[in-house]
Order: sequence, then C-alpha cells, then structure tokens
Amino acid sequence: MIFDPVFIRLKALFLDLCARFFPEWVVMLASIVISAVVILVMGPVIMMYLTLLERKLLGRIQNRYGPNRVGIWGLLQPVADGIKMFIKEDIVPAHADKIIHLLAPVVTVVPSLMVFLVVPFGNGMTAVNLNIGILYFVAISSITTIPIFMGSWASRNKFSVLGGMRAAAQMISYEAPMTLAIVPVIMASQTLATATIVESQGGGFGMNWFIFTPWGLLGFIIYFFCAIAECNRPPFDLPEAESELIAGFHTEYSGMKFALFYMAEYMNAFTLSAIAVTLFLGGWQGPFLPSWIWFFGKTFLLVCVMIWFRGTFLRFRVDHLMGFAWKFLLPLSLINILIAGLWFLTPAIAAWALTAGLVVASFFVFVKLNKTFVPEKRTYVLAD
Amino acid sequence: MTLIPVEHVLIFSLLLFAIGLYGTLTRRNIIGILISIELMLNAANINLVVFAKTTSLSPETGQVFAVFVIAIAAVTVAVGLAIVLALYRSRKTIFADEVHLLKW
Amino acid sequence: MEILTLAAKIGAYALMTGVLLFALGVVALRNLFHSALCLAAALIGIAGLYLFFRADFLAAVQILLYVGAVMTVIIFAIMLTEHLSGKTTIQHNRQSLPAFLGIAALVTVIAKVILQTPWPVTQKALGAHTSVEGIGTALMTVYVFPFEVISVVLIAALIGAVIIAKRENPS
Repeated sequence: MIFDPVFIRLKALFLDLCARFFPEWVVMLASIVISAVVILVMGPVIMMYLTLLERKLLGRIQNRYGPNRVGIWGLLQPVADGIKMFIKEDIVPAHADKIIHLLAPVVTVVPSLMVFLVVPFGNGMTAVNLNIGILYFVAISSITTIPIFMGSWASRNKFSVLGGMRAAAQMISYEAPMTLAIVPVIMASQTLATATIVESQGGGFGMNWFIFTPWGLLGFIIYFFCAIAECNRPPFDLPEAESELIAGFHTEYSGMKFALFYMAEYMNAFTLSAIAVTLFLGGWQGPFLPSWIWFFGKTFLLVCVMIWFRGTFLRFRVDHLMGFAWKFLLPLSLINILIAGLWFLTPAIAAWALTAGLVVASFFVFVKLNKTFVPEKRTYVLAD
Repeated sequence: MTLIPVEHVLIFSLLLFAIGLYGTLTRRNIIGILISIELMLNAANINLVVFAKTTSLSPETGQVFAVFVIAIAAVTVAVGLAIVLALYRSRKTIFADEVHLLKW
Repeated sequence: MEILTLAAKIGAYALMTGVLLFALGVVALRNLFHSALCLAAALIGIAGLYLFFRADFLAAVQILLYVGAVMTVIIFAIMLTEHLSGKTTIQHNRQSLPAFLGIAALVTVIAKVILQTPWPVTQKALGAHTSVEGIGTALMTVYVFPFEVISVVLIAALIGAVIIAKRENPS
C-alpha cells in the first residue's frame, strides 16, 4: 500500500522541514494547527459538495437534471450559492432578541465541527485519538439542541418556536436509542476510542465488520434511523417541515446566518454517517484500496442512502415520530444489548443461530406490538 | 491538579455554591429556583472530584459519586418540571410566592 | 514545557472566573431564558474544569446529561411557560438583602475553615489516573448497591413525572 499513508507522510515531511528551522514547541504547535486547519477546511468543503450531491441525486430521483449551469456538471454551483448567501440582506425581526439571534447560528456550527476531531478518516488519520472518543461524540452531538432553541426562541415567531419545540422533543427522544445502539459495539471492542474500535474490526481480510453479526446489523439499523432523526433530515424533518412550519426554527434567518444553519446540518449528516461507518461498517478497514478511500466511499454511500430516503419517504406525523422512538427503537436497542451479551457468552455456531433467531423474533414482536388499531372496514350509506 | 492549590478550587466551588444558594432564596420563578439548585449541585460535584483527585486513596470514588449526583440532578429536574407544568395548568402561575394555598 | 504549564494554569483560573461570571448571570439576569443559557455555559465551563482535573469521563457525562438532557428539558419548560413572565414581572422576591447577608456570613466562615485546614494532599492520589474501566469496575463492585438504588430512584422519578405531568381527563 503505497498510497495508504500519503497524508500522514505529507504532514511528517512538513513537520521535518519545520524542525530544521524552528524550536520544538513551534513544531508541536504546527502539528496541531495543521490538523485543525485541515478539519476546518474539510467541514465546509464537504458541506458545499454534499448540497450539490443532494440536489443532483434528488433531481435524478425526480426525473430532472438538477443544477448543471455553473461549471461542468454544475460543479461550481455551491460556490455560486455561497456568493449569493454572502451578498444577501441580513434581516433581523424587530422584536427579536438581537444578541441571541446572532449567536445561535454561530454556536450551531461549533459542535458539528468538534465532532470531526474523533472521526478516524484513515489508518492513523484520527485528529485526536481520545480514549473516550465515542462518548465524546455522543456528548458533543447532544449539545446541538441548544443552538436550535436559541434560534427559535430569539426570532419571536410562532413557527420558529413550534419548530424549536419539535426539534427538542425529537432530539431528546432519538438520543436514547442511538446511545444504546452504540453499547454493543463498545462491548465487542472493549474500548471507547474510535481508532481502536476500527482496528478491532480488522481481522479476516479487513472485512470483519460488526454489521456482519446479528446484533451489529440490528444496531446499525437503529443507529442509522436515529442519526437521520438527529440531523433533522427527511423523513424526520418535522422541526423544519416546509409545508407546515415554513422553515421551522430558521424561518427568521436570512443570508449568511441561514447558511450557517444549513452548513451545520450537512456537516452533521456527514459526521453521523462517518461515525456509523466507524462503529458498524469497519471504518477504514477493507481490502486492496487505501484506507481513506474505503472510509470516504462508505461514508458517501451512507449519505447517498440518506438522500435516497429524502427522495422516497413521506414525513412522519409528530405522534408517530415519538412512538417510533420510544415504543420501537428504544426497547429494540435494549434487547440488542442483551443479544450482544449472549453472542459473547455462547460458542460460535450456536451464537449465530441463537442471536439471529432472537433478533428476528424481537423485531417482529415489536412490529406486531406497535401495530396501531385498525377499525373494521365500514361502509357508509348516503341518506336517500 | 498539581498546578493549582486545593484551597483555590475549594473557594471557587464555595462561591459557586453561594451564588446558587442566593438564587434559590431570591428567585420567584420556580424554574429559576431549579436552575439555581443545579448550580449548587455542580459546586458539590467539583468538590467531590477535587477531593478524589487530591486527598482520597481511591481516585474513582469521587467520580462515581459525582455521576450519582448528576443522575439525581436529572431526577430533580424531571420531577420538578413535571410539578411546574401541573401547577401551571391548574393555578396558571409559576411563581413560588403565589402558590400559598396551604400556607398558614 | 514551562510555557505549557503556565498556559494551563492561566487557563484553569480563567475557566473558574468565567464559570463564576456565568453563575452570576444565572442568578441575576431578569430574562429566564438568558439565565438558562448562562447555566448551559457555566456547565460547559465546569466540564472543562473536569478535563483539567483529568476526569475526562465525568466531563463527557456532564456535557451529555447536563447540557444535553437537563438543559433541554429546562429550556423546554421555560418556553412552555414563557408568556407568564412579561417585561414588567418582578423576578426576585423581597428577601434579597437578608439572603445576601446570611450567605456572606456563611461564605466567610466556610472560607476561613477551608484556608485554615491543612489538607492532607497525598502524592499517590495526585499521580493516580482514573480510567473509564476503573470507574466501571468501581460502579459494579464496591458501589453496586448505590448504583442499584439510583436506578430504582430514576425509574420511580420517571413514572412519577409522567403521572404528575399527565393531563387529567376532563370527565
């Protein structure tokens, strides 16, 4: 693998160059600054091209072209959008809470960028290999409700407030099953550090991913649904449902402030997919290709699935949304922990049969239990 | 932790506790009182962690009990806000001094 | 290394000052939403202090449970009951002065005690590192009984909160 550590080599080369001219602490600082700059640049760039990817794919799904006027294949469209956002008028409602209205979009971007720190982009390409990595990710991504609250409350608009309330209820509800779905992975890899979790999925030609076990599959499905709900994407986009709430919590935002909300949302979509890949899909593990190609390939595949969901599924109703989290995903994720425990206690073949059976059985039991009461078909006879 | 003397951290948490206590005593809004109680619980938590780090023989103890305190804080908030909502629904007030039906 | 330790020291003191300022904001601000946001900032600052004390697990738990869950619920309640407190509503009761005097006396006494006590700081404890595994083992062995009690309390509180907050049937 000659291309595998290419980015690490580049950084080492640069640091070597620094070490010849500067004292040690400058080199240390430079190492930190390089990682920080790479992340700070990568976040917005990924966001820009995710918007293009989303519009192109949605266009294909809806049988049209999508943006194709600016540059070849519309590749410069995000730049044009950015320029448009910059020169738009910044409107603040008269009765808004000015300071918080300004702070909300700024604060929104911070947790989305902070999550990038623990994402293992490739073999040895984790910015900071925290030993509480996955807990850090869960903690940081749980902050995202607060800027949404700030924005919705500060705009003094009933649609904003409704969107904010919905966002809070939804995010709190989906956080619980998401965290519980991660627990089996931690049990299997015996660590919280993201890089080590990926390494523990390495055996067997780099294909020993957790998703190829019954509990891993169930955990991945639960995690992925919760991830879509966490970043407010359709079919869980109730906080910003266009047809009901205009634009939800960012109704009163325009120009660059709106763009910041948008940016945070797309970066969240990316990082949540990236963490899903890390936890269940083997991270950068895979045969033949360089590790970072595997990682980005898998992550963009998941992002495409998210876009596909947006193109095909209808929006949930509020009570269905809550019921889905509390009555279906939460008990299923609890049982999944139990199943993972059984998997580690029983020998190989018996484990497969037992856990696979349990997963299928519990899935159908909860589907059955959640079936809403359907009244008998009635025929209405018009009065003559 | 070797950098800062224990006394400074203890004084800091004492001040935090005092601020929380002042808020608890003077706020009229019940949610405000709950918020101030959170400050006091956090001051206690800081002390637990600092003592575990400096004077205790088993460093886990303080953190374990800090986790317990955080759990209890979640309980207070959940029950407290449920009471606030029930009060708001039946009495149309969330001010502690206007809820005096059982006073005297 | 000298520069780094100095920076860490200054950072810790700055963090403490910041937390105290935000705590003052929590108590003094008239707008309850602002004071809740101040509380969130103070809690994040305290999580930073935990990091300084090398209690990184606790810092993550603090942010996850306090800032993520508790603050969300509090802000939710503030938004639900917000229209009761207009701009003219008095937010503090008339006990401000006696409360301040009493607390000042309390602070003086306790501060004196803190400063006069010779704290038995052991080098062994200072060097010890608490790992996540250590905390987990402690929770499951030595402190398993309080752990179970907390779980029961949590369940009881959950059910209690649901019952209290449930809308009564109009019938």
